[in-house]
Amino acid sequence: MLSDNMTVSHTDLFSKFDPLIEMRRNLLDSGVEDPFGLVMERVLSPTVAMCNGRETILLGTYNYMGMTFDPDVIAAGKQALDDFGSGTTGSRVLNGTYAGHRAVEQALCEFYAMDHAMVFSTGYQANLGIISTIAGKGDYIVLDIDSHASIWDGCKMGDAEVVPFKHNDIEAMEKRLRRIPDGAGKLVVLEGVYSMLGDIAPLKDMIAVARKYGAMVLVDEAHSMGFIGPNGRGVAEDQGCLDQVDFVIGTFSKSVGTVGGFCVSNHPKFEIMRLVCRPYVFTASLPPSVVATARTSIRKLMHAGAKRAHLWENSKTLHKGLKDAGFQLGTDSPQSAIIAVIMPDLERGAAMWEALLHEGLYVNLARPPATPANMTLLRCSLCAEHSAAQVQQIIGMFTRAGKAVGILG
Amino acid sequence: MDREETSARIAALIAPFNKKEVAITDRTRFTDDLEFDSLTVMDFVAAIEDEFDIIISMNQQAEIENYGQLVDAVVKLRG
Ligand SMILES: Cc1ncc(COP(=O)(O)O)c(C=O)c1O
Repeated sequence: MLSDNMTVSHTDLFSKFDPLIEMRRNLLDSGVEDPFGLVMERVLSPTVAMCNGRETILLGTYNYMGMTFDPDVIAAGKQALDDFGSGTTGSRVLNGTYAGHRAVEQALCEFYAMDHAMVFSTGYQANLGIISTIAGKGDYIVLDIDSHASIWDGCKMGDAEVVPFKHNDIEAMEKRLRRIPDGAGKLVVLEGVYSMLGDIAPLKDMIAVARKYGAMVLVDEAHSMGFIGPNGRGVAEDQGCLDQVDFVIGTFSKSVGTVGGFCVSNHPKFEIMRLVCRPYVFTASLPPSVVATARTSIRKLMHAGAKRAHLWENSKTLHKGLKDAGFQLGTDSPQSAIIAVIMPDLERGAAMWEALLHEGLYVNLARPPATPANMTLLRCSLCAEHSAAQVQQIIGMFTRAGKAVGILG
Repeated sequence: MDREETSARIAALIAPFNKKEVAITDRTRFTDDLEFDSLTVMDFVAAIEDEFDIIISMNQQAEIENYGQLVDAVVKLRG
């Protein structure tokens, strides 16, 4: 015990952040607007908002299907606010399951044609909860090195052995599966669309290999729901292997247009997850208005074939336009609603981001460590509500900004 | 296979990743001395795993800071 007049030297726990603070200060001192501090003052539609008093086309949201202002979705939310109040104030397993939570889980079962659906407060928590709970001590998780932070954090929170493999590399995955000791439980974790470059996984081949080695398979379809696949069920549906997937993870924060996360499965014992999965149990459930909007949106997404077709058109047009203009893109062909434009470095990436904002276009600036291979990216995510004219306008803005910043010759 | 032979095989694998040609001893640290970033670690670990037909999980990697610890871990994993 220290006496009153003794002190020990004080270590500032924040000193570990000094390199990042320094990097941010250097960036902002160069005079660019803060790419991570943008405020949308008003949102006019799924594709247009007011930023710094300027009307801005939104090309950096995950509002792929443009459901956020759908009149049926809004009406369902308002009705639920009136009927059920603003929040549940409790866990799903205590006082936090209302009729609406059951109804949205039923809608998910129908959307995916699967037996079970479990709704979490976010997609982040769905990955955290399912991965950390099903893979325990002595089990092995084999996952793609470019997996989303929520997948990594789910691995970190659990007690399983974690074995990453090179992005989308089937042979590297197979080697690791082959070396796992006999009798150990195995979980392979993949994503349909990888959100940094917008590339898809060869799920059909990867899942066939995983199953050959007796692994269970979890696929995160956060960025494909509603858009990819004949019924919008994702990349696994598109490649005809959804029946080989044990767990699909998804989110309401992208195509569905609200907030929340889920896992759907045909596993006969799946319902036990509701009692053993801590990120499900020890947090409050989603507000009634949120589950009502999600349910309405999911049901509308079942019949959104025309919107899906238009979104593919947008993705193809933008990919071709930017490629023809001379930009370096993350994929050779458009594979999803995300088109990543590769920047030479963070400084020019930030300058380009700001030039686009002044043109009236918002995109996502992504930088290491979130990006693969330490790249700086301008990530464009298209919406089914972007008009063909808006896409042409966007290509013009990129071309002008690219010349102004010196990225295009 | 004894420790010396294992060490020699790992030393051969490390060469292409040892850009600054740092002299390797058992106390050489991967991040501080060899300046490996996470991508280099992944490629280097994969090379060792393939050479010895083993898995070095991330949990095990977290315990390995220097070259000597890596050699010991590989010897142990080879059984
Ligand atoms: C692949 C992937 N999984 C999960 C999530 C988490 O989703 P949510 O926003 O619902 O937490 C995201 C979103 O950032 C994601 O990109």
